[in-house]
Amino acid sequence: MDNIITIENLIFEYTRGDESQPVRAIDNLNLEIERGSFTAIIGKNGSGKSTLAKNLNGLLLPTEGVIYVDGFDTRDDDSIWNVRQTAGMVFQNPDNQLVSAIVEDDVAFGPENLGIEPAEIRRRVDKALADVNMGQFKKKAPHLLSGGQKQRIAIAGVVAMKPKCIIFDEPTAMLDPKGRSEIMSIIDELHAEGITVILITHFMDEAVRADRVIIMHEGRILLDGAPQEVFEQEELIRSVNLDVPLMVEMGAKLRKAGIDVPKDIITEEKMVEFICQYE
Amino acid sequence: MIRDITIGQYFAGNSVIHRLDPRVKIIATLLFIIELFIVDNFIGFAIAAVCLGTVIAVSKVPFSFIVRGLKPIIIILLFTFTLNMFMIDGRILWQWGFLRITAEGLRTAVFMAVRLILLIIGSSMLTLCTRPLSLTDGIERLLSPFKRIGVPAHEIAMMMTIALRFIPTLLEETDKIMKAQQARGADFETGNLIQRAKSLIPILVPLFVSAFRIAQELAMAMEARCYRGGENRTRMNEMKLKRRDYVAFALQALFLAVIIIESRIF
Repeated sequence: MDNIITIENLIFEYTRGDESQPVRAIDNLNLEIERGSFTAIIGKNGSGKSTLAKNLNGLLLPTEGVIYVDGFDTRDDDSIWNVRQTAGMVFQNPDNQLVSAIVEDDVAFGPENLGIEPAEIRRRVDKALADVNMGQFKKKAPHLLSGGQKQRIAIAGVVAMKPKCIIFDEPTAMLDPKGRSEIMSIIDELHAEGITVILITHFMDEAVRADRVIIMHEGRILLDGAPQEVFEQEELIRSVNLDVPLMVEMGAKLRKAGIDVPKDIITEEKMVEFICQYE
Repeated sequence: MIRDITIGQYFAGNSVIHRLDPRVKIIATLLFIIELFIVDNFIGFAIAAVCLGTVIAVSKVPFSFIVRGLKPIIIILLFTFTLNMFMIDGRILWQWGFLRITAEGLRTAVFMAVRLILLIIGSSMLTLCTRPLSLTDGIERLLSPFKRIGVPAHEIAMMMTIALRFIPTLLEETDKIMKAQQARGADFETGNLIQRAKSLIPILVPLFVSAFRIAQELAMAMEARCYRGGENRTRMNEMKLKRRDYVAFALQALFLAVIIIESRIF
């Protein structure tokens, strides 16, 4: 299997304020992410999912253990920029990750940092903005755009750096439903183009789109597998105070009521399809 | 109210003036200011006014828009005008008690007022016709030769860029905090000056806190996008002087020559 990210025995600790005892955010975690895959990482606040994301592109460095991103060790000072270019990152707050007061200048920020030729930057910026359907806004000021549009700009800014992998750290948490679905369809498109996607989220219904779901709890991996397999463990998921996707819940209730809904139905479309066979 | 704030006072347009290289515009503006101080008679001002008028006409910025920019300085203008008018000794034109207007005073007052108005309009043409970001770009590139003697040209430009970007964000933040405090009974409108200043504390403290949080998040986002200072950085928009820039320079040089000669003759 060709892995883009390999995590070996990752431990991450930090000290909060003047406490002497360090807090262990990630506890001996092993994980491999396959090239071109779409992985969703779910967990409650404090489960270590965001810390994990920041470890993946060297914004935080492991206390113990190693992370390889496309073969580069994140602790290696010489390759840190390769790591960050390989694994781009989109953050939660669309406002606080845009640097420039002009959309296209902001998208150009990453490629400019990489020292790319001006003509090539121009091509990449236009392409990236077209990819997120924001081409007509390229001369606009970000503060005049909606949250979803700003987040699309942030994604374009990462796409223009031509990363092999993009880590989305709760990209939809601050958006309205419309913005949320826009961002999710862009993520799907990027994945279809061959980019490895790691989506950190706490929306279960976003996770069902992935081809692998990882549930984190207290710095460890609780469940890991295809969405159907993971969400079958309804009771375990509920035991750590997480919800299951709406369709999984509905399936469970229908089964209780005596209707034999197959357990692999976790999306709305499949459920509608299933229910519609009963005339 | 926050939605329609304009950053700086840029007037969007696509005229030749707008498209000029920002470096040329900055230098030309500086020269224009110097020229206004070389001028020592009204004919010189007339020439300057005609030239400025031509620039305004070419830029297609409505004149009313420019005049609006003069509003904040009207008080200063009137103040210097009155001061000059009454304070200078000379041939008395009109007298009432200790107040008197002299011919020389009147001339100086008008002279200074004209100089100030031309100065303000001239320099506001720079900000009206140049996007704030091009302006910072231009400043970065004009300063870059001084990098060797320790002028942090890139850092200054980056700071200005980020400041411009976050003015609206912080305004929104302020608005949010004010509403939150008002919802809990805070009063910002009544009371004397000291009371009002005190009532700003509950706004300023959270504002600073969130400014620091924003700064931290932004720094992380910039690092994630491989920002590592100005070294080896390229720019998408290259600045190359075009024919129109050389023409503008030539015109400005010509204007400078005319002004110098004119001030010698008259």
